[in-house]
Amino acid sequence: MVYIKELTEINGVSGNEDGVREYIKKHIEELADEISVDSMGNIIALKKGKNSRYKVMLSAHMDEVGFMITGFGENGVLKFTTVGGIDERILPGKRVLVGDKSIPGVIGSKPIHMQEREERSNNIKLKKMYIDIGTDKKDESEKLVSLGDYAAFYSPFTEFGEGLVKAKALDDRVGCAILIEALKERYEFDLYACFTVQEEVGLRGSEVAAFTVNPDIALVVEGTTCSDVPGVEKYEYSTILGEGAALTIMDRTSYPNKGFVNYIYEIAKKNQIRVQFKQTNSGGNDAGKIQTSQTGVVTASISVPCRYIHSPVSVMSRQDFISCKDIVIAVLQDLEKNQQVIEKFKGR
Amino acid sequence: MFDLIKRLSEAFGVSGNEEGIRETIINEIKNDVQEISVDTLGNLIAIKRGKGKKIMVAAHMDEIGVMATYIDENGFIRFSNVGGVSQFVSLGQKVKFKNGTIGAVFYEDKLEDMKSLKLAKMYIDIGAKDRKEAEKSVRIGDVACFVGDTVKQGNMVISKAIDDRSGCAVLIKAIKELPETDNEIYFVFTVQEELGLRGAKTAAYQIKPDIAIAVDVTATGDTPEANLMEVKCGSGPAIKIKDRSVICHPEVKKLLEESAQRIDIPYQFEVLEFGGSDPGAIHISAGGVPSGAISIPCRYLHSPVEAASLMDIENSVKLLIEAIK
Repeated sequence: MVYIKELTEINGVSGNEDGVREYIKKHIEELADEISVDSMGNIIALKKGKNSRYKVMLSAHMDEVGFMITGFGENGVLKFTTVGGIDERILPGKRVLVGDKSIPGVIGSKPIHMQEREERSNNIKLKKMYIDIGTDKKDESEKLVSLGDYAAFYSPFTEFGEGLVKAKALDDRVGCAILIEALKERYEFDLYACFTVQEEVGLRGSEVAAFTVNPDIALVVEGTTCSDVPGVEKYEYSTILGEGAALTIMDRTSYPNKGFVNYIYEIAKKNQIRVQFKQTNSGGNDAGKIQTSQTGVVTASISVPCRYIHSPVSVMSRQDFISCKDIVIAVLQDLEKNQQVIEKFKGR
Repeated sequence: MFDLIKRLSEAFGVSGNEEGIRETIINEIKNDVQEISVDTLGNLIAIKRGKGKKIMVAAHMDEIGVMATYIDENGFIRFSNVGGVSQFVSLGQKVKFKNGTIGAVFYEDKLEDMKSLKLAKMYIDIGAKDRKEAEKSVRIGDVACFVGDTVKQGNMVISKAIDDRSGCAVLIKAIKELPETDNEIYFVFTVQEELGLRGAKTAAYQIKPDIAIAVDVTATGDTPEANLMEVKCGSGPAIKIKDRSVICHPEVKKLLEESAQRIDIPYQFEVLEFGGSDPGAIHISAGGVPSGAISIPCRYLHSPVEAASLMDIENSVKLLIEAIK
């Protein structure tokens, strides 16, 4: 859990993953045999196998959704746009950190008593919002911030309730933390842990990393949506908090290998680790690019359910995180004993 | 030709679950080709070796369908789409799961306005008395195809999955009737086209062909009050110029047009303003592949009553053979 706390408190909006990358590199230095950073900024860490017949790829993305500064207002406020998918209705009143110097700011908009009747009954549009960093002149702001600087949600990691965690960027620092854990063991096969960039803007890093590694089999470790909240019908729940790690059956970007998915499910059951299927087919992740890389890759994707994902207050259950980590490790241990199953999955 | 299309259309093969249709196709062609392989994603690749040009011919074997996402306590199954499925076309249809379980597709009574019908407001009824009984036949994640028998009416074939089992039929006939040629031809029956041209992408990367021709269906503009489109059912195979995923290579277009003229069959051109097709993935794969397509005009796409002209399909076989021999 210490990785999660530290990882979620680093800012790494898509395209600006440097801080997360440095943290991860430092923590896997002693664990991996070879660490490389490619032209996109993906970390590809190799833990050599005792016999290197197969290449197994684990993938988690380092980037998070956030903002980019697009302009300066006369009274010192910053205009901004979103990076990755953010529901703009949640933004007014949120705290952010701007630029490499982490300048504190708040997202502001016209106060309600100054709004016209029509403005009051509609949601405030992104272009009417601004980031206030406490300066009152344009040139002062320009000294502190450059056009194109990133901003990230400010949201300290907090444990609350019955084993729940609130943080920003659980999607996908949970995956990053699990990959670090996975590198602690040595297996029969070559293990490639890929920490990818720019997932939130279109699965860009993973396309390049998968091409480089060209694995036989790949498992994507993610944070995924969890809609088990009031107002949502049961049949619309994507995942349920506390019911364990969620296996994807199909989403917008991939149709994971059915043989591999069932194999993971059986391993979880055999080891009495909580597991669920993600029930909706919405969303997408790096699996889409990895599965169709080169001549095709046997791929699956397993996730920690996160309520209020892509917000500063995403919420997960500690237990689900542990389930996810345990399943990933159990799968690697089983694959080590039964490497031939990889052949069986192909063409399924 | 009709019997072959019937065997193919009635096989099960919802995107990502092409095992059934793949077996059916293997049985049709196993005595006619030297090599058959199945790749990681499940594409079926039949190879006729040679020393000449390396040609990839592709037709997708997957079909649209639905996936069970939730079973309620009364045994009703909620579902989502696999590929482009219209809520209006699905209403009142039957679907069939891989194990043969048949269900009726209907919608919540309380819907106020038909315009707001969504798949999320619909369900599949398999006649189970509760969740437990339903789960004996259907598991979350199971897929079902639409039920639509294959019938012949005049020169028209009506069925589910004419998209793209008619294209598969064209490839199979071409494999059987291909004359001696020096070209090395890869007949590829691709997977997951309906989910975003996924199979074609990895197959093309593996083959790295000199040229690629896909055989798929296209929409028509010849029905009452149809959207403007030049393609007509029965006016011959359509040579694709562009769709949303590809602008066909001029040399491939020329090859197909000249081939059609040589064998004196009717042909037409296709500009499809929506939708994509396998050449979209193939032409930007492996450093670039000149690609084009023969399109079979087909009415009522993505419904259980897709309708095409048998004459157009027969002529597509002739055109394909002339172009690749």
